[in-house]
Amino acid sequence: MASDETSGKDLTPADSSSVEHVTAAAGTAVVARDAVANPGFPPHRPRVTDLDPRAEKRAERTVYTLFYLSIVGSVFAIAAYMIFPIVPEDPGSVRLNNLFIGIGLALALLALGIGAVHWGKALMHDEEGIDERHPVRGSDETRARAVEIFQEANTESGFGRRTLIRNSLIGALVVFPLPAVVLFRGLAPQDQDPVALLKQTMWEKGTRLALDPSGSPIKASDVTLGSSFAVIPEGLQDLEHGRLEEKAKSAVILVRMKPEDLIQSPERESWSYDGIVAYSKICTHVGCPVGLYEQQTHHLLCPCHQSQFDVADHAKVIFGPAKRPLPQLPIAVDEEGYLIAQSDFLEPVGPSFWERQ
Amino acid sequence: MPRTQKPTSGRQRRSGRRSPLASVALIAIGLLFTGGAYAMFSTSTATAATDSASAQTVSEGEKLFAANCATCHGLSAEGTGTGPSLIGVGAASVDFQVGTGRMPMQASGPQAIVKPVQFTEEQTAALVAYVASLAPGPAIPDEELLDAQGDAAAGAELFRINCAMCHNVAGAGGALTEGKYAPALEGVSPQHIYEAMVTGPQNMPVFNDMNISPEDKRDIITYLKYVENNPSPGGLALGSLGPVSEGLFLWIFGLGAIVALTVWITAKSN
Amino acid sequence: MKPAETKKSGGFTGAAANYLDERTSISTAVKELGRKIFPDHWSFLLGEVALYSFVIILLSGSFLTFFFQASMAEVHYDGSYVPLKGVEMSVAMASSLDISFDVRGGLLMRQVHHWAALLFVASIGLHMLRIYFTGAFRKPRELNWVIGFVLFILAMAEGFTGYSLPDDLLSGNGLRIIDGMVKGIPVVGTWISFLLFGGEFPGTDIVGRLYSLHILLLPAIIVALIALHLLFVVVHKHTQYPGAGRTNNNVVGYPVLPVYAAKAGGFFFIVFGVVMLLASFFTINPIWNYGPYDPSPVSAGTQPDWYIGFADGALRLIPPGLEWVWLGHTWSFNILIPLVGLGLFIGVVLLYPFLEAWVTGDKREHHILDRPRNAPTRTAIGAAGVTFYAGLWAAASSDIIATHFKLTMEGVIHTLQAVVILGPFIAFYITKRVCLALQKKDREIVLHGYESGRIVRLPGGEYIEVHQPVDEYERWKLVSYADYKPLELTPNAQGKVSPIQRVRAGLSRWFFEDRIAPVGTKELEESHGDHH
Repeated sequence: MASDETSGKDLTPADSSSVEHVTAAAGTAVVARDAVANPGFPPHRPRVTDLDPRAEKRAERTVYTLFYLSIVGSVFAIAAYMIFPIVPEDPGSVRLNNLFIGIGLALALLALGIGAVHWGKALMHDEEGIDERHPVRGSDETRARAVEIFQEANTESGFGRRTLIRNSLIGALVVFPLPAVVLFRGLAPQDQDPVALLKQTMWEKGTRLALDPSGSPIKASDVTLGSSFAVIPEGLQDLEHGRLEEKAKSAVILVRMKPEDLIQSPERESWSYDGIVAYSKICTHVGCPVGLYEQQTHHLLCPCHQSQFDVADHAKVIFGPAKRPLPQLPIAVDEEGYLIAQSDFLEPVGPSFWERQ
Repeated sequence: MPRTQKPTSGRQRRSGRRSPLASVALIAIGLLFTGGAYAMFSTSTATAATDSASAQTVSEGEKLFAANCATCHGLSAEGTGTGPSLIGVGAASVDFQVGTGRMPMQASGPQAIVKPVQFTEEQTAALVAYVASLAPGPAIPDEELLDAQGDAAAGAELFRINCAMCHNVAGAGGALTEGKYAPALEGVSPQHIYEAMVTGPQNMPVFNDMNISPEDKRDIITYLKYVENNPSPGGLALGSLGPVSEGLFLWIFGLGAIVALTVWITAKSN
Repeated sequence: MKPAETKKSGGFTGAAANYLDERTSISTAVKELGRKIFPDHWSFLLGEVALYSFVIILLSGSFLTFFFQASMAEVHYDGSYVPLKGVEMSVAMASSLDISFDVRGGLLMRQVHHWAALLFVASIGLHMLRIYFTGAFRKPRELNWVIGFVLFILAMAEGFTGYSLPDDLLSGNGLRIIDGMVKGIPVVGTWISFLLFGGEFPGTDIVGRLYSLHILLLPAIIVALIALHLLFVVVHKHTQYPGAGRTNNNVVGYPVLPVYAAKAGGFFFIVFGVVMLLASFFTINPIWNYGPYDPSPVSAGTQPDWYIGFADGALRLIPPGLEWVWLGHTWSFNILIPLVGLGLFIGVVLLYPFLEAWVTGDKREHHILDRPRNAPTRTAIGAAGVTFYAGLWAAASSDIIATHFKLTMEGVIHTLQAVVILGPFIAFYITKRVCLALQKKDREIVLHGYESGRIVRLPGGEYIEVHQPVDEYERWKLVSYADYKPLELTPNAQGKVSPIQRVRAGLSRWFFEDRIAPVGTKELEESHGDHH
């Protein structure tokens, strides 16, 4: 591995044309110049450990000390496992367990690694070696033989000649994975239509607005000025199946502002109740819950992608990537004073989808 | 973990208690291995609520009000172009705004910021008494609602549903529109947390007792104090800011350390 | 590998080696690979960091699979963490909490797994930057670049699937965003989402499905591609930086046995140790704070792990209003533009080696790396790409930037929109100028030596700074780069030039323009006469 056999002195520069066994495309070339010659390898510089036997001894001592330290770390980790058990209901004990097992293991690993590297750096043979490179491509004979093999195989099988066999084989290979595509239809229930599901929620005429998570109904008089309520349809918490799926569509935010602050289009005037308005909480961008209500500015902010909606003005988008306003839930008050929905949302809630319109 | 698979009927929650020894050990660890002392216990300075304010206190409060607040809120707290009316905001609102140093405001900005408290406890109480005397409003909460001995699990769930979108699940705070922000909740006294919920300071919505009942508010405070008093089990929490701080930390310190080590590994031994 | 070397010596080692060799021909492998040379440079270890973090992920991940249950059945949590007691959650979430709070060392393994995952993708990223800026992707390594880049994509997929498994509030909202994005794809979006989630979002299937991908399919592909990636490294032999004695026909460094075995083997433990330190001192992904997934709550600062940040940032930066109904269907350009834009960006990075080779027409094998300054246009393109990516990446934390630097969120977003669009051009220009300036500085040093900082007063009263000439070894590093000619237009047999050829020649001129030629012998001799 010494450096003498391929001394650099007689080699051409790194951009050397000696590897140009493949001719470059027309027009591309290294500019021919009076290139400076490669000076060859610089003289070898010995390390302290090569010259000073005491330094060598010291390095040796460091390496085995590190390896012993690694053993200490491993033992410490095992001990920590027992000394710092997890006490139920005490997160502090988890912290100690995590910390001390971790410290033991980290010590074991780092000492082992640093010891090995130090050994390699300070004590192992330090002369650099040289490998010769050869072009990656096979030699001409090899390539010729490879071509020959393919030709022989072609002749012997008649792959190129018997076109009917070949083409039908290709056809069969193309068609055979197709059943897998059909199989994947089973990933979702066969008897459901996603578009229909997306276009309806649990809200219907007369459904009471209820508090999330308790599910208790809300009276209009409970909603004081400046309030913001996280709302679900009454009965959602009692669903046996599909609770989260329904909640993902029917979550609503309910706020009250001064009626004079509310801008209402004529057709939606009956959708609110004395300054109380209810909007879908699911962002029309990609579906995050939009819950950040600012009671003075009446802005709703989505924490995921910063779309902003003006609740005072039909929840129209005033900033951010969303396009459509949040769908409004028409509300009224029943004879007992509880807030109820007049109907389901009149448009699909949540992110846009192809069949939405 | 088979026991987690058995659905238990109803919602059972047991309130948690930490052994006092664990706290002591935690303090020791915090000091030993992080070099930083954790604020283990909140420095709640619950001021005694003055339910029956004497007329003298009220008149003292009126003087303070005229000297410090009337410029913006009007001489009889009726509000001006620069400050809202304070009639009916209640004792809780004044105690929160003045007690956290938000009021009097130093300069107008996107929102009132927390500053060193400007008044003594007596002065604050006088201001509170004065504004409360103008019209009824949310009162300063009772002591037993602020003891942080409620149901942390119920509180955590309510916090996630009603508060986390602005204040972050661990109460680390978050951004609002146009330079406003929801402040971090670590170190805020239970009384101020409670008052903020009932009064809705600045852009925070009001969470009245029909929305979040007083017991629910106590649970929320319990949860916040639990998070504050129990340092993250996994080690330093990196600001509880989530993946952003984790990613930055990994790039700067994790990968930084490893790159430094690669330089050492490939450097020639002296 | 030791056995074969000590074959001659008797004893147990010799017998074992003989036994093994007679059944595996392992001596051939040792002969071929045992003394294989690897050049020594810190940046050559970045790929190893990625490999090692993957091994750490496999080890810690295997431990986690013994406890984790990928089911979305609802249970009431009954473990040790008080603020979640009795809360309804999926079995996946409950078992993740049990790993954290009821298995000794379980939290440590979770944190090792997650920190190592962040490190895995980060080190791949840094490794790719090294490959790019040194031109190591050039012939014959173009295919290995493609394999490596596919590994980068797969690592992100692994990361995202893993992030989603605990079914906590943070990851659930992440899946919600994925669902929203998928639904925005024209024609097939609604159905892909429906099939992916096994019905309506969130359904009860997604965690189980992602788990299969996360622990079976994706790791299998990654292991196979890593094997191929490393095989190519052996076939090509490692590249090396320019240096005295090093040529395109040799590779200079230390042999696998013993030096590299010690260094690289030790380095595995060092990387593992650093990850272990992170895991023992720093919390990552505190799912107990986030709580179980519920479609109604969300946390401020809801972000993906850093490697998905660029995609999340792209979603955030889209200006309002880009969604229309046309032909009776909804066209969500606020989702399509980020999807297609990032797809193009990824495609260009993936195919860059072929694009550059086409533009330069370079068909030579390259084993000596370019110093980034010696390929100014490539370096500038890279800087532009990095700026684009970094702008998107920063956008994913726009809210946190706003709160921590007391800025408005809207201002941050508008600034980053400008950064993503204009930043790449500015970065390109600045980087190219800096590269050229550095090349000029190299010429100065070669011709006139270093500025020694020693000021000497000449007898005539004139002050000069003494320049220290560089030795021939140092000089070689500065002059040993090639100077290329751009492609020239050559008419075809009909005497015509096709438009594609015209474009190609134009790009080639652009790629090579402003270049600074390396110092030649003549110049060097002339400069010696100059002074000193």
